[in-house]
Amino acid sequence: MIISVASGKGGTGKTTVATGLTLALEHNIQFIDCDVEEPNAHIFLKPTITMSEKISLPVPQADPSRCVLCGTCQEVCAYNAIAVTSQEVLIFPELCHSCGACGLLCPHQAIDEVPHEIGTLELGNLRGASGREISFVHGRLNPREIATPYLIRQVKGKYDTDRLVIVDAPPGTTCPVVQAIKDSQFCLLVTEPTPFGLHDLRLMVALLQKIRIPHGVVINRCDIGDQQVESFCSENKIPVLMRIPFSLGIARMYSRGIPLIEIDRGYIQRFQDVFKQIEQMVLKQDFFTRM
Amino acid sequence: MKTIVVISGKGGTGKTVICASFAVLAQNKVLVDCDVDAADLHLLLHPEIQQRHVFQKGQTARINPKQCTRCGQCREHCRFQAISPDFHVDKLACEGCGLCARVCPAGAVSMEENTCGEWFLSGTAYGPLVHADLYPGEENSGKLVAQVREAAQQEAERFNLDYVIVDGSPGIGCPVIASLSGADLALIVTEPTLSGIHDLERVLAVTRHFGIPTRVIINKYDLNEVNTLKIEADQRSQGVDVLGRIPFSTLVPESIVRGVPLVEHSQNEAAQAIRDIWRAVEACLGQSSPV
Repeated sequence: MIISVASGKGGTGKTTVATGLTLALEHNIQFIDCDVEEPNAHIFLKPTITMSEKISLPVPQADPSRCVLCGTCQEVCAYNAIAVTSQEVLIFPELCHSCGACGLLCPHQAIDEVPHEIGTLELGNLRGASGREISFVHGRLNPREIATPYLIRQVKGKYDTDRLVIVDAPPGTTCPVVQAIKDSQFCLLVTEPTPFGLHDLRLMVALLQKIRIPHGVVINRCDIGDQQVESFCSENKIPVLMRIPFSLGIARMYSRGIPLIEIDRGYIQRFQDVFKQIEQMVLKQDFFTRM
Repeated sequence: MKTIVVISGKGGTGKTVICASFAVLAQNKVLVDCDVDAADLHLLLHPEIQQRHVFQKGQTARINPKQCTRCGQCREHCRFQAISPDFHVDKLACEGCGLCARVCPAGAVSMEENTCGEWFLSGTAYGPLVHADLYPGEENSGKLVAQVREAAQQEAERFNLDYVIVDGSPGIGCPVIASLSGADLALIVTEPTLSGIHDLERVLAVTRHFGIPTRVIINKYDLNEVNTLKIEADQRSQGVDVLGRIPFSTLVPESIVRGVPLVEHSQNEAAQAIRDIWRAVEACLGQSSPV
């Protein structure tokens, strides 16, 4: 099973919840940090990194000995990543989506692909609260690169579906988030009870309804703000699976990279209860799709 | 005219709260919400929409089942795994490169324009606001950001405004880079948490790469004063000024719930810190104002 943890708004506590769930459960878990622009889960999980791999996007390069400057590559590139002048073919690798159209359609086979490094993929492991081994994967996008969805796809390529996969998604509601969550069986949405939290929660719920992923909500800092997130959830029959009250103590420990379950051991049981509820909802969903 | 872009790397550090207060404090400005994924500035500024524009960008492939011979050329060449074994296009995976349409021997694939969102020019009690909604799950957030920035630039030129104040998005990827184009000053809002520090360094690498003058603001500085001192020392050694510290305050979520910029909601220490920071911003840009 794959469970993703997401939120429209940033800073609501996605990583706190995703790492809390990961450390608390006694399952065979693989943790995946898909927030490749700003990966933070490693700060809390402190994995031992066992493998590091550079990730490159294949980008075109024209071979002047074969290229006749016909301009086909520029014409077929949907991303304006190629400009053909009277002298040469200019390539802008940071705009390239690596679709391969220019190389395939070049009438003179004058385009080769060369790797353009966009980030790093790291694998590692750690131990959960019960002492069980947890496998860890994250991606780190190089600053000034924009191929976020591509790197997320590479990170997801490491999915180990024999395990329970827990995915920490990036903030937002658009393409990187879709990449991160689209094959999950359940998405846990972390929000805060303010108009900002509600506004961004609505967007995420609309997205999850569109791509038909069952979901539930965790309300973080549940006692600071108003009741509108609660009302929204009950009106739309979205289960609220957990409420985490605000505590200056938690905020201070968080600032030092200490996971929630170490700040308060009571959260181990609470996260296990959240997982039981998720499991039941996924089973029910599975039953209906089989009917 | 000076353009100030407020970004953070990590989400939820207080960009929007600070921008809304700047909206109150700055004279003669246009505001821009570049967090098109999860735009929240309007919840504090209450715009009245004056102009509404559809945002169309990019294309999605569509396969006409009547013409499709199921030869598999499109699937073989698609690098985004966007074509299913029964020859349906996964709209969320398709990046609109158009290669499938070009290789299809039966002419069964057409490329259709995407409507990905809307952008608005609005009036607020504090001056004009340019903002946008990207539909959940859509791509092209960077291009919508560029569109919104361009509209704000025109507005500023037309009315001879002094400031363009941009509320950026979290992360370091495509929308962040697009929001930084032509910036006179990048303000990075961080918090004294290990996550905040980690993300600050990454987003600084981006502003440094593009050669944009950068200053740092530490929000909720008193959550961890050791980390605050560490950020200040690190920044000093890198030659980056920390413009100010804002203390943690429960009046911040309260002001969000009321839908009012913090400096209008309260005169407390946090609000005063933001006033001081705005004066420092003006001093940085060489445009001091009588206070």
